Amino acid sequence: MPTVTFNKDVFEKLVGKKLPLNQLKDRISMLGTDLEGIEGNEITVEIFPDRPDMLSEQGFARAFSSFIGVNTGLAGFDVKKSGTHVKVEKTLKIWPHVVTAIVKGLKFDDEKVREMIQLQEKLGVTLCRDRKKGGIGIYPLDKVSPPVIFTTEKPEKIRFRPLEFPRELTGRQILSQHPTGRKYADIMADQDEFPIFVDSKGIIMSMPPIINSHDVGKITSDTRDVFIEATGPHLNTLLVALNIIVTSMADMGGKIFSLDIIRGKEKMTTPDLSPSTMKLSLEYANNRLGLELKQNEIKKLLEKMGYSYSKGEVLVPAYRADVIHPCDLVEDLAIAYGYENFKEEIPSVSTIGSEEPFTVFRRKVSGILVGLGLIELNTYHLTDRESQCSRMQADMDMVELSNALTAEYSSLRTWMIPSILKVMADNKHNEYPQKIFDIGTIFKKSIGTETGIEENERLAVGITSENADFTGIKQILDYLIRMLDLEYEIQPVEHPSFIPGRVGRVTVNKKKVAYIGEISPQVLSAWDLQMPVSCFELNLTDLFNAV
Amino acid sequence: MDIKQLAQTLHPLERKVLPLVEKHPSLEELVKQTGLSEVEVMRALQWLQNKGVLEIKEKRSEAVLLDTNGKQYLEEGLPEKRFLKAVDKSTLTIDEILKKTGLAKDELNSCLGILKGKAAIDLKKDGKLRISITDNGKKLLKKESFEEQFLKKDFPADISALKDEERFALENLRKRKGLVKTETIKEKSASLTELGRKLAGQDIGSDAEDSLTSGMLKTGSWKGKNFRRYDISINVPRISGGKRHFVKDAIDYVRKIWLELGFEEMTGPLVQTSFWTFDALFTAQDHPARDLQDTFFIKNPAKGKLPDKKIVDAVRKTHEDGWTTGSKGWQYSWDPEDARLNAARTHTTMLSALALAKLKPEDLPKKYFSVGRCFRNETLDYCHLFEFNQVEGIVVDENINFRNLLGYLKQFFSKLGYPKARFRPAYFPYTEPSVEIDVFHPVHKEWMELGGAGIFRPEVVKPLLGRDIPVAAWGPGFGRSIMEYYGITDIRDLYRNDLRQIRDMKIWMR
Repeated sequence: MPTVTFNKDVFEKLVGKKLPLNQLKDRISMLGTDLEGIEGNEITVEIFPDRPDMLSEQGFARAFSSFIGVNTGLAGFDVKKSGTHVKVEKTLKIWPHVVTAIVKGLKFDDEKVREMIQLQEKLGVTLCRDRKKGGIGIYPLDKVSPPVIFTTEKPEKIRFRPLEFPRELTGRQILSQHPTGRKYADIMADQDEFPIFVDSKGIIMSMPPIINSHDVGKITSDTRDVFIEATGPHLNTLLVALNIIVTSMADMGGKIFSLDIIRGKEKMTTPDLSPSTMKLSLEYANNRLGLELKQNEIKKLLEKMGYSYSKGEVLVPAYRADVIHPCDLVEDLAIAYGYENFKEEIPSVSTIGSEEPFTVFRRKVSGILVGLGLIELNTYHLTDRESQCSRMQADMDMVELSNALTAEYSSLRTWMIPSILKVMADNKHNEYPQKIFDIGTIFKKSIGTETGIEENERLAVGITSENADFTGIKQILDYLIRMLDLEYEIQPVEHPSFIPGRVGRVTVNKKKVAYIGEISPQVLSAWDLQMPVSCFELNLTDLFNAV
Repeated sequence: MDIKQLAQTLHPLERKVLPLVEKHPSLEELVKQTGLSEVEVMRALQWLQNKGVLEIKEKRSEAVLLDTNGKQYLEEGLPEKRFLKAVDKSTLTIDEILKKTGLAKDELNSCLGILKGKAAIDLKKDGKLRISITDNGKKLLKKESFEEQFLKKDFPADISALKDEERFALENLRKRKGLVKTETIKEKSASLTELGRKLAGQDIGSDAEDSLTSGMLKTGSWKGKNFRRYDISINVPRISGGKRHFVKDAIDYVRKIWLELGFEEMTGPLVQTSFWTFDALFTAQDHPARDLQDTFFIKNPAKGKLPDKKIVDAVRKTHEDGWTTGSKGWQYSWDPEDARLNAARTHTTMLSALALAKLKPEDLPKKYFSVGRCFRNETLDYCHLFEFNQVEGIVVDENINFRNLLGYLKQFFSKLGYPKARFRPAYFPYTEPSVEIDVFHPVHKEWMELGGAGIFRPEVVKPLLGRDIPVAAWGPGFGRSIMEYYGITDIRDLYRNDLRQIRDMKIWMR
């Protein structure tokens, strides 16, 4: 989640009220942002991804001011016609939409330029999903000659000096040489033509969503009027992003102007800051929250969250991206009401508690083994091929991860005994004899399931000491099966991990449920173990079905 | 305890050692005199010390010992002596001396230096260097030097007890490589306390029996016998027994809380298709939680099957335009192939989705819980794990509301040992309202974030259940509370399986 840092003095000025520090901290948390800390003049907050409008200091202050009751209700913004337009000539199938705005009369300083760039960046990362859903560009209006054209061009024909770069590059070169170009190269890499903005003099302004021109697309503390565009595949996202930016600039003192976007015969005017309407039933809200709010209370609470309300209808500000269902309004009602003011209450929903029978079985099995003096483990399901196969002198088909961070934990285990041996290898410095067990899930490929993977619960028991042998491990198995009121048979079998002639397959009700034996010296030395080990691995899922 | 009683507590070993302590205070001597092993004598002394009968003292002294070369020279003679012996009868060249004495070259060179310094040899250059003995040399050959005398001493020798000429010899020997070394010697001895002297003066030859035997019981010979009194304050060797793993012990407790509150358990596979992990929970397909850096995807089989078409269609439409849920949806084109991607489950909330999909209207109300392992694409360090446990719960009921949700959470955390909880607004893709639970740490006096909860969005409930009714849901982790309880600071300890740690860990007492 994005973290943003604001200037406390500016924030308080925007809010219109100065709160004592502890109250400020409390209110920020209870508005629905994670306060990281307030240090000196810096407020650092984590903004939840559903509230991109709070990524700007102005947007955050607007929401806060309303929440603490200073400036409540729907914030109004004036939009005047700019008299100019944007012509859409050609667009890519993957990058079809464009929205624009002009804001004039800004009084930028270095601090505000930094803020705007932070907002633009954070919106690109969160709301626009790392520019996959859209990109945003801001230009000093005095460097641009309207009307502006949005079109596409062959990458080799695109030539301009990208932001903060010493020389001109072609479209392709930007993707391979410019740091921002490299970062977002994937978005455009497969395209034959790239989108560009060109002004009426034919000067390339930018190659969205990658980078602006250094000459005409860089805002500075001298900039007063700006041209803003957002382009991409997801129109709704672009509209909201544009609205968030222009309303923030308006709160900085700018005046908003709209442009017509002309595409052939189609015409659209942006930005459109008129609020949308959503119905909210009093009953629905009260039922969800467990409250008995009246019309006028709901109105008051919604106004604290920047809405306006009249007879079941809510006006939602144009910069809110997250209000897609009345339940979103209900949450804002709850926030305005104050989470701390809800009386917690356990309802009388009468139901009868019950455990899965297998869970009970598993606990009983653990109990039996603990009674024999065994220690239970808590092992990982993630492991690697080396532990599961090569060290065990075995070869098995394994379920592997596609994006493991380390080779050591790159597969899901297919059997449990390696987990037991790993614990023994990690505990060579500890007291012997060691008698241990664990119950866990193993994974095998299987065509019979929804995922193509079959999961089973297995029990592995291992004993290691100078005289750990077949008898010792068989005694444990024997006791366990007897306590479960079952009978078993052991047939001799060959298994590459065990000493030949000292390994058996256990069947219960004719079902093969376990291997038992003494681990072979090759396997022990592969694990760097210097004590004999005997163990068994039992399919608890199958055994459970046999009980 | 009076002295008589004290005498009766004495163990046979103590009885053997005590009378000898005054005369033979050193441990070494006591071992010799009693014929017991050193361990036995030490145990007896330790016990006696515990009873205030004597004090064990340890004297540390610097002692000198022979080193490798020293031991060799003791047998073969010092190199310079062997050198002189070789030239005693005739004048020899260097090579001849080397051959005759078997000295190493560097040994020979140092001999040349020493002997020339003592004017014991004559060197003549005649093409080759020729060496002959002087009268002085002959005298030296006959006389045993201080150094030689020193080598014959009993080692280890206490440095503080050396005579002047021995000190002189030691200084010389120290200048040479590998002849002597010094060591700190610890010498244990015991001295009786006043109580000890009184006790030693007593008749401690006891007629007390050391142990009660079955034979005595059978024959009745125990009658009239005294049994040796024990020092019951004495430390005993530690034992440890079979044990549940401390994490699993805690998990069982968490399960018990929900069972007591009337919840039914749900379980399910650890690997699921993204459909259940994300799509059914209204997590848009471009949501960052579905990124590779958050979720472990499966390489092979990479994709699974989608469930019943009716559910898939409802979920797809809900994502695209809200379907009949009253929502606007995410406004994009939903891709069934993304939903088929297999992933290690990142939360147990998908168990709730599965449970909702199976519920029939006549089953309501229902309360479900689960405690299960989840996976997150993290690098392992002291505060991050790629496997962790999550507690999951849902209440499906027409009348359930936000206050009830908070009620359950408060109850749960209070039973987990945190009676003070606070709720903050939060964001999760599948709940609205959403809430984050902080509990007040009773020792550190600060708020600690323990997990999230909320009311499922209609976009989650309706496609699965067929209609929108409130479902209160929560999924906090509890690894931190477990660490807290056991005093663990490195989260990896939860899965380290250090047997000593498991053996010594206190029991979960809730």
